[in-house]
Amino acid sequence: MALKIADYKTQVFNDWCPGCGNFGILTSLQMALVDMQLAPSRVAIFSGIGCHAKIPHFMNTYGIHTLHGRALPFAIGAKLADPGLEVIVHGGDGDGLGIGAGHFVNTGRRNMDMTYIIHDNGVYGLTKGQPSPTLKLGVKTKANPKPNINEGINPIALALATGYTFIARSYCYDVAHLKETIKKAINHKGMALVIVQQCCPTYNDINTKDWYGGEDRKDPATGKPVPRLYKLEDTGYDGVVRKPEEALVKTAAAFAKAYEWGDRIPTGVFYQNELVSTYQERISQRIADYLKMPPAKQVIADREGKSATSITRLLEELKVT
Amino acid sequence: MDTKKSDFIWMAGGPQGSGVDSSANIFARACCYGGLHVYGKREYSSNIKGLHSYFQIRVSTEKVEAMVDRVDLLCTFDAESVVRHIWEVTPGGGIICDTGVLETKIFSIPTLPPSFLEEFRKNLDEKGLHPETVNDLLSELKKNDVRIYAVPYLEMLKEIGKEVGEEQLSKLTRMINVLTLGVSFGLVNYDKKNVEKAINNIFGKKPSIVSMNLLAFNKAYDHAREKFGDTGFKLNTIKTDEERIFLQGTQAVALGKLAGGCRIQAYYPITPAADESEYLEEKQVLENGGAIIVMQTEDEIAAITMATGAALTGVRSATSTSGPGFSLMVEGLGWAGINEVPVVINYYQRGAPATGLPTRHGQDDLRFAIHASHGEFPRIVLCSGDIEECFYDAAQAFNYAERYQTPVIHLIDKALANSNMSCKMLDPRLVIIERGELLNEADISGKNYRRFDFTDTGISPRLPIGTPGAVFWNTGDEHSETGHITEEPMMRTRMLEKRMKKLDTADREIPLGEKIKFFGDEDAPAIIVSWGSPKGAILEAMEMLKNDGYRTGFLQVRMPHPLPKEYITKVLGKTSKKIDIEGNYSGQLAGIIREKTGILMDYFVLKWNGRPMSSDEVYNALLRILQNKAQVRQVLNGGS
Repeated sequence: MALKIADYKTQVFNDWCPGCGNFGILTSLQMALVDMQLAPSRVAIFSGIGCHAKIPHFMNTYGIHTLHGRALPFAIGAKLADPGLEVIVHGGDGDGLGIGAGHFVNTGRRNMDMTYIIHDNGVYGLTKGQPSPTLKLGVKTKANPKPNINEGINPIALALATGYTFIARSYCYDVAHLKETIKKAINHKGMALVIVQQCCPTYNDINTKDWYGGEDRKDPATGKPVPRLYKLEDTGYDGVVRKPEEALVKTAAAFAKAYEWGDRIPTGVFYQNELVSTYQERISQRIADYLKMPPAKQVIADREGKSATSITRLLEELKVT
Repeated sequence: MDTKKSDFIWMAGGPQGSGVDSSANIFARACCYGGLHVYGKREYSSNIKGLHSYFQIRVSTEKVEAMVDRVDLLCTFDAESVVRHIWEVTPGGGIICDTGVLETKIFSIPTLPPSFLEEFRKNLDEKGLHPETVNDLLSELKKNDVRIYAVPYLEMLKEIGKEVGEEQLSKLTRMINVLTLGVSFGLVNYDKKNVEKAINNIFGKKPSIVSMNLLAFNKAYDHAREKFGDTGFKLNTIKTDEERIFLQGTQAVALGKLAGGCRIQAYYPITPAADESEYLEEKQVLENGGAIIVMQTEDEIAAITMATGAALTGVRSATSTSGPGFSLMVEGLGWAGINEVPVVINYYQRGAPATGLPTRHGQDDLRFAIHASHGEFPRIVLCSGDIEECFYDAAQAFNYAERYQTPVIHLIDKALANSNMSCKMLDPRLVIIERGELLNEADISGKNYRRFDFTDTGISPRLPIGTPGAVFWNTGDEHSETGHITEEPMMRTRMLEKRMKKLDTADREIPLGEKIKFFGDEDAPAIIVSWGSPKGAILEAMEMLKNDGYRTGFLQVRMPHPLPKEYITKVLGKTSKKIDIEGNYSGQLAGIIREKTGILMDYFVLKWNGRPMSSDEVYNALLRILQNKAQVRQVLNGGS
């Protein structure tokens, strides 16, 4: 029987603020899984700490709500041990790019076959609105006594520099686009990053739904707002690397796009390169039967509980008499 | 009474990177091949090249598990090694040195730190000596019946170079270590074949290196035989039928983990733990199928969280670290605790806090291992006392972790990690795997699985994530049986109590024999309590005291948490002298015993100078206590 959206929902009361951008992410994720017909027990959702991090509790899949900034290493451990799991990681902008920035960087280097979705709203919501690492210099959101004294991290540029092989941006209120982007990310062979511009209606009064939608700048001719967000695919941009020699040029193009902000903010796939070996493939080079017999599936004891591992050869190497 | 005179103590000293380790490995192996037992202690600086390091090897006809405070034959690669260890050489012993260092001025050796030189000069003044050069110093020592074997290393190397057509001196000087080995073995007239076999073992991968080293060894050996003749030392091979291995502590742990079914190891490089992970990675593909994955992470936070994430899939996983790394892991440890995830931490202590003594010994972290993390959750702390225990404990740690679904900290220390010894063949058949209440797809079919169900034991049957037919949730927040967040007072009370109950269950179920070992007489008038690596020195000291007519008992605490308090109360309650021996300032185990039993130890023998305890110093400290001449607190400071 085909899986329906209800199969991915839990009865847990959702306590995000009314209008929170996370609702759009949750719905898009559930719709993506329905489209892909991924069995709930094959999916493991990891999250860090913050508003985003409650998402596993609303998903009827294996759900691992970890520590502040640490969702990635928890998830990597699980994926490494059981490569058959569909691992989807959620992080916040403070969670993933502040306290967890070291993991963000090193996850790129590994190119594990997983998906990482960052809920980027520019503020630390759950601690009442302090500026997060993605908030731009000089921006003052309403809970902050002073304008932001730091420049914002550019997560897309950072991802390009550290080896993510799928890098996309989407928007929490464009559920159709976000759903398709998540599906592409899951289908991608390698480490996929989706930055979701997510509105925090409670604490970020600058990067609001109206701001992204351009309600403050109506076209004098039509009277319609001119949205700040636009879709890369509508401009003919193609970030997919199909031959190794394209990688550098496409990285440079994506880098330029990553720095567009303000009046025009690109969404869609900035960069994708499936020619890079995944971590799983790299391990298989060293351990031939890794995928057939991954750590989680190895038998370590016989029926009587005796160790099934032979270390005879290793002991032989150490033998002196 | 002295430690066994018949034992032969050899020491190699030189700058780091000059081959001290390989010469000591060859020396030890060669002795093992001849049926002898060895125990080796490795001391090195936090430095890549140039600073002093040494390797001391005790050779005996019986199994030995501790070092003593003397050197019979000191084998030096440079002037500094002569100066550093000169007073350790026993009367009747000898020093091998390069003729090239004889004119070196002692107080101009740049790598000797001012504090050492100050101490050294004071020592000389007390002795009324005023040597200027190494030679002056050695001449003084001759009066002490110490023989000096000065060998022209450089000339010898040049000769060898001519023979093999190698003129590059830098390549030749790499063989100084083998020259000194040749002289050492020549002086004790040891069977050459065993040494050649050991050289082959160590350099075996490169035939040209092997042949050059064999040449150097033989030249030096023959030189020593010819020039120095018999020296009063004779190292004889003995026949043995026992199957033996020679290994270091980190290898024992690694092998125990493999046999125990560990299949994921996440680690961040740190001394002295990293040797274990490197060995595991090198040997990762297992001989009868399967493999262990060794993941080098970006930091220790990632190491423990990755190991924990892996453990959620049902795999046995671990991380291996030292104090600074464990400090970073602590939040992750708490997450594993509240989510009841079996994860093993092999914790190699070194001198602390902060960076402390990065390459030196310490037992400073017992309290930290027991208490680390905010909040309360059950954990099991297991302490190995010798290298063989390291093997069996490393495997057993996973059984505790899975049975009680909680982190297990396996405490080891630098002295165990970097000592190597011969011991009888380990027996992997003794490794039993107990996976606890681990469910599979069939077990939960048709049921509404809840990860944190309340049970009498506190143990909720566990299901690997990814198991078809179910889902569950984990969270670092307090949670209900389903694993969803709760802040309800009643649920909090019950859930925390459920977790803590597992500690009582563990305390009740784990047999006493796995928690403590007792040596000697339970009703002896003096009972020693200790944990970790001092074990070897304590056992030897007890043997010496027995020969002096003193009866002692030794309670080795292998599981300080949960502490077997009834037994400890029973044993300590009967004795008139309760003696705590451990490698830290405050007597951490004694404090825990007092907390759990109310018993205050009468005497403390403590040491925190970064060096392991020797049998001699433990013996002397105990003797003072037994003769009622001791202060309550004795601080040991032996070792160079």
